[in-house]
Amino acid sequence: MAQKVVEAYETGSGAGKNAPFVPIVHESLDLQADRLLPSQSNPFDINGGACVAMVGKDCVAIACDLRLGMQSLTISNNFPKIFNYAPSTYLGLTGLATDVNTVSDLFRYKVNMYRLREERDIAPQTLANLVSSSLYEKRFGPYFVSPVLAGINPTTGKPFICGFDSIGCIDFAKDFIVSGTASDQLFGTCEGLWEPDLAPEDLFETISQALLSAVDRDALSGWGAQVYIIEKDKVTQRLLKGRQD
Amino acid sequence: MPGFDFTNYNRNAALHARGVPLPKATSTGTTIVGCVYDKGVVIAADTRATSGPIVADKNCEKLHYIAPKIWCAGAGTAADTEFTTALISSNVELHSLSTGRDPRVITCMTMLKQHLFRYQGHIGAYLVVAGVDPTGTGLYTVHAHGSTDKLPYVTMGSGSLAAMSVFESTWRPDLDRQGAIDICAEAIKAGIFNDLGSGSNVDVCVIEKDQPTQLLRNYMKPNERPQKERNYRFPRGTTAYLDQRVISKEDMKKYVTIETLSGDDNLATGDSMEVDT
Amino acid sequence: MTSLMGNQSGTIGYSFSEPTSANVKQHSFYPYTDNGGSTLGITGADFAILAGDTRSTSGYNINSRMVPKVFKIGGDDDTGEGATIILSVVGFAADGNALKEKLDTVVKMYKYQHGKSMSVSACAQRLSTILYEKRFFPYYVHAILAGLDEEGVGALYSYDPVGSYEREQCRAAGAASSLIMPFLDNQVNSKNQYIPGSGEGHALVPKKAEPLDKETAKKLVQDAFTSAVERHIEVGDGLQMLIVTREGIEEVFHALKQD
Repeated sequence: MAQKVVEAYETGSGAGKNAPFVPIVHESLDLQADRLLPSQSNPFDINGGACVAMVGKDCVAIACDLRLGMQSLTISNNFPKIFNYAPSTYLGLTGLATDVNTVSDLFRYKVNMYRLREERDIAPQTLANLVSSSLYEKRFGPYFVSPVLAGINPTTGKPFICGFDSIGCIDFAKDFIVSGTASDQLFGTCEGLWEPDLAPEDLFETISQALLSAVDRDALSGWGAQVYIIEKDKVTQRLLKGRQD
Repeated sequence: MPGFDFTNYNRNAALHARGVPLPKATSTGTTIVGCVYDKGVVIAADTRATSGPIVADKNCEKLHYIAPKIWCAGAGTAADTEFTTALISSNVELHSLSTGRDPRVITCMTMLKQHLFRYQGHIGAYLVVAGVDPTGTGLYTVHAHGSTDKLPYVTMGSGSLAAMSVFESTWRPDLDRQGAIDICAEAIKAGIFNDLGSGSNVDVCVIEKDQPTQLLRNYMKPNERPQKERNYRFPRGTTAYLDQRVISKEDMKKYVTIETLSGDDNLATGDSMEVDT
Repeated sequence: MTSLMGNQSGTIGYSFSEPTSANVKQHSFYPYTDNGGSTLGITGADFAILAGDTRSTSGYNINSRMVPKVFKIGGDDDTGEGATIILSVVGFAADGNALKEKLDTVVKMYKYQHGKSMSVSACAQRLSTILYEKRFFPYYVHAILAGLDEEGVGALYSYDPVGSYEREQCRAAGAASSLIMPFLDNQVNSKNQYIPGSGEGHALVPKKAEPLDKETAKKLVQDAFTSAVERHIEVGDGLQMLIVTREGIEEVFHALKQD
């Protein structure tokens, strides 16, 4: 269904035509298209999803839900939103799923090119600036994503997290970063549950409880969750038990 | 400048034409102020960044570096203030290198206004530019559409009226350094407490002739969170998990794709794609 | 380039939107305002707490730093002395006040006519009726009603603007409800928490929600509000708490951040 809608757009953008665009759309198809894109639907809320990062003592954690939906219909319960770009550097992407895929692949390419040129892994701070400038480049046609970055600096060993808006403004935080359709709920749970200097195992409990409770109050997020606890020389990835409704 | 990439523009415009709203950027619904005194100039800002009614960043930096003796306070779309000032800072540096002179505030202000005017207000940066140069002290405001003002005391952002009320009632033409800092901090506090778009801390930057510029980050912290009443640490084992994978230091060295490769072969080949039959 | 030349109307060469005719002036009157703020209620075995911040906003402005959102209902005088039921309203403050006055009158009239105080369950049903009476011009509020039921157990009822209601253990409403509610789910109803060491994966035993004692609940309310104040611009200034017990209604105020 989604492909047919795209077809209509492509016909319209055909270059060199003088006539104003008239979408060639079958009536029944048009109705379907309207259902796919109701007039006020926000691209950030179509597919749903949530992501959160937290700082602990000599460690960081990043977690995401696993849902992929189209409005209220769940399409998949196995759509992880966290991507790995270097040892102990992870990037979470929430928003429009097509852009989550595009942007994650774009950074895969950019980080690989960085590795080839520099012959070293990218530091989280460097990746933050790469993400920021890559998003701002598209200031007037942005990707509908809200990235969250978590990692440990390979040279200093210091934990680092930050978040971005869809046009690349960096939010450096010392405590936690949230994003996605459950961001309000996550702000509430994180602000209530987080405390400084949590050990890796305690940080796991805090970030997991914050995420699970938050997504349970958001209709567009949930269906399981994934957590990464990142330490200097160890990363633990866990699949959480969450409500499947 | 390298310029913007418009590849997604048509896609997003088509979506917008169907009633999809534009993405919400982090905006610094801000209070920023500036004030000249006998030997220099002071600018100040609050530290709250908002996204709608939600506080996105409680302690962001709205005072941007342009040159050692030119600084800029930014309100409006956070990303735009950040990148516009970074771009102009870069061009000011190159300009000063090619002329062999210290950069002037008016040069910087002109570059900013020409850049912003070219984009017809679409770059939502509202700035207070301040500094000292060989011609003296400079204090300007620059609006997103490219208009500018030159005044002895200025305010901008959603808290500009609250802040201006402080200047209009207490500003004197013979302020000294501490007097200027005090009045600026007081104006920012008026914004912090009376404008919902502004909050948290006060940042101050003091630029004076023949003195190193001082960035007084978190000059005042009038809004620290009180100690929580209860402790919310969970007993370990409270969260149920169904699967776990530990990636050790050795595994990490082999880089990220280690997880998805079968591993018996030393040649890194990707999994073959699944095809519907 | 050529294709763009032919286009006179907009930035792109096509539009899916309905054509709009110019010179049409539309006048409108919107009778509602959002005054921000947030409320929350928690119940226990022998008490019920209703709390709300005391800030009133419009847009980016603060109307007042001291406008209570929680009220005593059906008291003997205008101080609310002798009341056993409390009501919190958040949303449009004018409607909230009107609703409070109306319910207060109803509860007082009930006492005069029947010679006994109204039970919370009866009051809860009556409030639902009052809200539904204005089904097509609603009171723009999210109300929470609390008191002690016939057994002396804390009772809390939450409402939508047109009178749909439900008895609950705890409920957050208003601007920061989406921030506070998941925190309450986790801390009051022990959602997503399991008993450590009781099994592995699916076999883990869920932690049972234990009824809170009054002091713990009061602290939880305070922490919920200081958290909401950090992240929501419309919440702040003061925290008002009304606590119903068998001894009567206790009122507590705490300062909140003013930025």
